[in-house]
Amino acid sequence: MTSEVVAASGVDRARLLAWLRDYGVYAAIVLLVVVATSLHPAFLSVGNLRVQAFQLVPTLFVSLGMALVIATEGVDLSVGAVIALAASLIPLYLGYNAWIAIALCVVGGAIAGTVSGLMVAVAKVQPIVATLALMIGLRGVAVIFNGNQAKPVNDPVLGAIGLNSVGGVPIVVIAAVVVVLIVLFVVRRTTFGRQLVAVGDNRAASALAGLPVRRVLLTVYIVSGVLAALAGVLLVGHGAEADPATQGLNIELAAITAVVVGGTPLTGGRIRVLGTVAGALFMQLLSATLIQHDVPNSYAQMAEAVIICLAVYAARDRSGR
Amino acid sequence: MTITSLTTANPETPPPVFLPSRRDRILGRIQNQGAFAVLILVVVIASIGSPGFASGANILSILVGNAYPALLALGMTFVIISGGIDLSVGSVFALGGVLASYGASHGGILLALALPIVVAALIGLAQGLMVARAGMAPFIVTLAGMLFARGLLQAISHEGQTTYEVPAGSAFLKLGQGNWAPIVTVAVLFVLGGLVLARSRFGHNVYAVGGNENAATLMGVAVRRTKVWVYVLSAVLAGVAGLLNASSLGSGVTAIGVGYELTAIAVTVIGGTLLSGGAGSVLGTVAGVLLLAVIQNLIGQYISQYGSSASAAVNGAFLAVVVLLQTYLSRARRIT
Repeated sequence: MTSEVVAASGVDRARLLAWLRDYGVYAAIVLLVVVATSLHPAFLSVGNLRVQAFQLVPTLFVSLGMALVIATEGVDLSVGAVIALAASLIPLYLGYNAWIAIALCVVGGAIAGTVSGLMVAVAKVQPIVATLALMIGLRGVAVIFNGNQAKPVNDPVLGAIGLNSVGGVPIVVIAAVVVVLIVLFVVRRTTFGRQLVAVGDNRAASALAGLPVRRVLLTVYIVSGVLAALAGVLLVGHGAEADPATQGLNIELAAITAVVVGGTPLTGGRIRVLGTVAGALFMQLLSATLIQHDVPNSYAQMAEAVIICLAVYAARDRSGR
Repeated sequence: MTITSLTTANPETPPPVFLPSRRDRILGRIQNQGAFAVLILVVVIASIGSPGFASGANILSILVGNAYPALLALGMTFVIISGGIDLSVGSVFALGGVLASYGASHGGILLALALPIVVAALIGLAQGLMVARAGMAPFIVTLAGMLFARGLLQAISHEGQTTYEVPAGSAFLKLGQGNWAPIVTVAVLFVLGGLVLARSRFGHNVYAVGGNENAATLMGVAVRRTKVWVYVLSAVLAGVAGLLNASSLGSGVTAIGVGYELTAIAVTVIGGTLLSGGAGSVLGTVAGVLLLAVIQNLIGQYISQYGSSASAAVNGAFLAVVVLLQTYLSRARRIT
């Protein structure tokens, strides 16, 4: 009798946790929006949503790359440094043409991604250290490139990308939607998407099954680097300033948080693209709500820490591996 | 294609043997104490090439300047050998300093000592339990710990606006000031840490847990308890480092410790501790700490214009080279 009750509640608990892992972040967003709007009706105003969108999109770019990397059981700590690199390259090459500067940022991000990808895929260095080395070193290089101080960037093209809207929708939001759709398509509909998850689930078995493990890993880190560089372009364009010393600082933490809160386990082998979008959105709206209600930054930070722990607890792997 | 590359990745790897061959022993020695060799090399070159380097004052400044942050690397050595990682130490370091000066200004030396140690231990305990009991990834748990500790110290210091000063004449100030107190305190803690890791049952358990958790469980090692203690130890060392630092500065600086966890990880890895766990030594970490300190000192002397960014660039490059070498060396020694 008692054991039946225990067993039943055990099943319910497991189902509840599984549901929380898969859909908890969406429920949390709905809850947050309801609470925030009832406290402060202007929360859902167009003006506020636009402000949130401009802050969200760079983190979202980085988070999508991070989700791909984490799905392969890796992590990319270098994304913030890649943003710094982009911020240092833009003022150097803006003189030629804004598009050339942007293209060079993308190339820089791809090179950084290649370096960490080669270290992970070929040299089999652990992703944390490989990208940690870049994280520490690359920002230093970027600051030296830039000459140790923030530079104003007043370029019509970059400014338009970072600030303008088409039909009321900010260009950055359109760009984000396009990137999300591409990533979603790649993950769900292509061979590469299947290989990505297989490599993250079991690298040795994937190699034995004949999957191009090295190519998959390399690609993932390059994509992460390119997306981070694009995020850097958006940040510079939106802020009209290039400051490699501070831009993109700690964005790797925000991105990892978004991925984990969105239900992608750090142990790899699964990826949730829309969950990642929702995770990034939730963390952005949460911090915005707390700031709007004058909650000190310190308590907001502690709340964030608790939420990360709860999300990881819900998403942890219970299959006993 | 991939199958061949997988199986032929180490064509010369000898079949597993029970006694290490001479080649294995030499490679192992390089991996364990390579940082010392490089350190000696750098020091010799610097002493010949740069007249100011070998002066007593300069060496003293290198040692004093890096003494307290080195304690973070000591704790990190334990954590990494156990197969984990602790990203929270930089924040706990800062928190320890703020709590110590808060304690010194509100209750005297006893409170100044007890407050940071107890709070750091609690943070370490919470992290350890989440890692060991709930099976959550150390990386993300301590990342949350890093945010939490930073938030807590901001809350205590009213968003960084209140800097607690240690009252002049407080006995707490005698703890960490001067040139010799930091060096001696840190040296003693390192010796103790080295002895615990190399000679005690707890130290052996740390190696066992990091080397092969399942095997450790089967051998009867208290895996969970060992892991919890490792995180408590790391947090307490970070708190103590912050406390001593606050004593030497005379106040609880809030904007300190950012990125210290990365330096601690970097010097630990440069010192020969494998991030995959199960191998490493306190002596190696000492070499790693000194090596980066010496390099930063040289950078400061010659390209001081870009001081911190140049040393960051060098640190990153150094870490990458060391990690690649380590991976090569550990693969040359055995199939992993």
